[in-house]
Amino acid sequence: MEMINLTIDHKPVVVRKGATVLEAASGIGIDIPTLCYMKLEDMNIENKPGGCRVCVVEVKGRRNLAPACCTEASEGMEISTHSIRVVNARRTVVELILSDHPADCLICAKSGNCDLQDMANHLGIRKIHYQGEHSMYREDTSPAIIREINKCIMCRRCETMCNDVQTIGVLSAVNRGFQAVVSPAFEMNLDHSVCTYCGQCVAVCPTGALTEVDETGAVIRALSDPTKTVIVQTAPAVRAALGEEFGMTAGTLVTGKMVAALRRLGFDYVFDTDFAADLTILEEGTELLNRLSAFMAGDQQVKLPILTSCCPAWVKFFEHHFPELKDIPSTARSPQQMFGSIAKTYFADKIKVKRENLVVVSIMPCLAKKYESSRPEFSVNGNPDVDYALTTRELAHLINLGNIDFKSLQNEDFDAPMGESTGAGVIFGTTGGVIEAAVRTAYEIFTGKQLPRLDFEELRGMEGLRKATIDFNGTPINIGIAHGLGNARKLLEEIQAGTSEFHAIEIMSCPGGCIGGGGQPYHHGDSEILKKRQRAIYSEDQNKSIRKSHENPYITKLYEEFLGAPLSEKSHHLLHTKYFDRS
Amino acid sequence: MNPVSELIKNLADQNGRNRHSLLPILQGVVEQEKYLSEYSMIEIARELDLPASEVFGTATFYSFLEYKKMGKYIIRVCKTITCSMKGKNQILLAIEDMLKIDVGETTPDGVFSLLQTNCLGFCHKAPAMLVNNEVYTDMTPEKVRDILSSYLKKQKEGGSHDN
Repeated sequence: MEMINLTIDHKPVVVRKGATVLEAASGIGIDIPTLCYMKLEDMNIENKPGGCRVCVVEVKGRRNLAPACCTEASEGMEISTHSIRVVNARRTVVELILSDHPADCLICAKSGNCDLQDMANHLGIRKIHYQGEHSMYREDTSPAIIREINKCIMCRRCETMCNDVQTIGVLSAVNRGFQAVVSPAFEMNLDHSVCTYCGQCVAVCPTGALTEVDETGAVIRALSDPTKTVIVQTAPAVRAALGEEFGMTAGTLVTGKMVAALRRLGFDYVFDTDFAADLTILEEGTELLNRLSAFMAGDQQVKLPILTSCCPAWVKFFEHHFPELKDIPSTARSPQQMFGSIAKTYFADKIKVKRENLVVVSIMPCLAKKYESSRPEFSVNGNPDVDYALTTRELAHLINLGNIDFKSLQNEDFDAPMGESTGAGVIFGTTGGVIEAAVRTAYEIFTGKQLPRLDFEELRGMEGLRKATIDFNGTPINIGIAHGLGNARKLLEEIQAGTSEFHAIEIMSCPGGCIGGGGQPYHHGDSEILKKRQRAIYSEDQNKSIRKSHENPYITKLYEEFLGAPLSEKSHHLLHTKYFDRS
Repeated sequence: MNPVSELIKNLADQNGRNRHSLLPILQGVVEQEKYLSEYSMIEIARELDLPASEVFGTATFYSFLEYKKMGKYIIRVCKTITCSMKGKNQILLAIEDMLKIDVGETTPDGVFSLLQTNCLGFCHKAPAMLVNNEVYTDMTPEKVRDILSSYLKKQKEGGSHDN
């Protein structure tokens, strides 16, 4: 590999050819401020349009300042990253950006988490010397995402996520000059576009231009209504990230504190989505085994591979882009919706509360879950199975409003019966987890034997596309895993072309799976955080005494008392769904 | 097959179906149709397998790619400094008065659209204007009325076949 020698702030650096000045500087611990630039290591996600010019540096011998993020290091370069000229230019650039930015910080949803605010603070900007026109654009509200384009700084990170990572292509810069905005085609609203509400644009937006729909107010109203019984379910990925909102290090598991906090907030029952994840495994796993056995018996009609259906953004994705494959994914509803439907039937009967008086709140790492809960097929006479889906960030906000000292809370346990879960339910929160949970159960049902091991390392990891073959006692089962919809698209194209060799495929829309969901605490481009959250999820699994879904005693009881068996008529009615052609 | 879809298909056959074929195809459609309708932008996106947002983004970036319905003859009056100093406003007033439309509008019969444009490179013969691809220079209000009259005459004689 060819190496390049240069000096940055009088320090000699050696980098590989092709590295940028920014990379060279960070290699020796010199921090060049950036705004539009974003890079998620290990995931091949990079955004460097060189548009904001905050990262400019002085290169000796060059007339103009150069943007460090997209200037290649060359032999003998002498770079100053913080000369007076550079700092002045940087301040001017940020002042110019601020001159066309609403000074809404006091009431902005992103306040405290805003990269632009941090930058202005970092550079000590106390006055904006440029006063000019402000761009005005209508606000666009969808079931999950709010676009406030007046706050957009055209960093194009959302476009990178939407077009390159997720390959949805909803967002593009349109118009020219001062009128330029990032918008769906024909400047239509998001809810008319093919947006999947995966929320990755929100996760990377440096300002308040893209935020989630805030439903905390509605939840507080429900909690303070004495006629309502309010129950809550928490998704597996939430417990691995919620602590970050309270200053704890990434990857701290806060399951017990989270339960305690929810109880303090006034929820009547604190349950776990993991319970419904176990239920999903029984339904989806049985479906997989049925299809597999039919396939092996020579049935040509049977559709393989079977695809997971827990991720609502993924569901919307194939409904838009691959409607001809809509028979292939499992018909099982997502854990959130299974929980809602069981809560408003089985559990409501049990505690003798009418459906209308039972409010189901879910805490999700996800924005698409807001959209999913609003889908008409998941409601009965206009009463939704899940009333409100809050994000991890919204829960943190509620806890702060409730004046709860989160860090000093004592651990508490979930309520029975829908709070009991296995390790298999927990790992739903990370890429590879759903299929590993399914394998644990399917193997034992298929072979009738006990699994020799529980940890399937070959299914874990952070690679965007992974495959593994699991030996089902002599029958090899080929498994594919994709996270990020761009990777999912590749697997779907193989299926379309008839070259797919897989029996089962797990797909999660967000990079890293739910731990990297659009509703999680902002990671600000640090992929280490995602890895730490993933490790936390696996350690929670390790610590569970029961780690196979079909061994969850409350699930067994639910089938005995209420559902009958997996894929029974009642399960079909309550736990399965159908998909629509939205092309 | 819809004639626009057929046109787009032919243009894609000629120019290829890569991302960089987008611009010549957009230009080809504008040449024929005078503007890019939502329908044609979606067709182009489908033909090239690009997101519709990207096609729309490109179309809205370039000033000679119109995406609102345009008349048969698009008049573009140069608005930059030299033409302004040499009486562009009188030319605009004469056109507005004659056609009874403002800048950005199209006559109800769909014959003329009036727009302004940035520098055409004819500063030495200012004021300048374009009617479709034809350049007219050293404009005066009298001259512009004559020119538009000749287009109107052509329109009446030639019917809708003439371009």
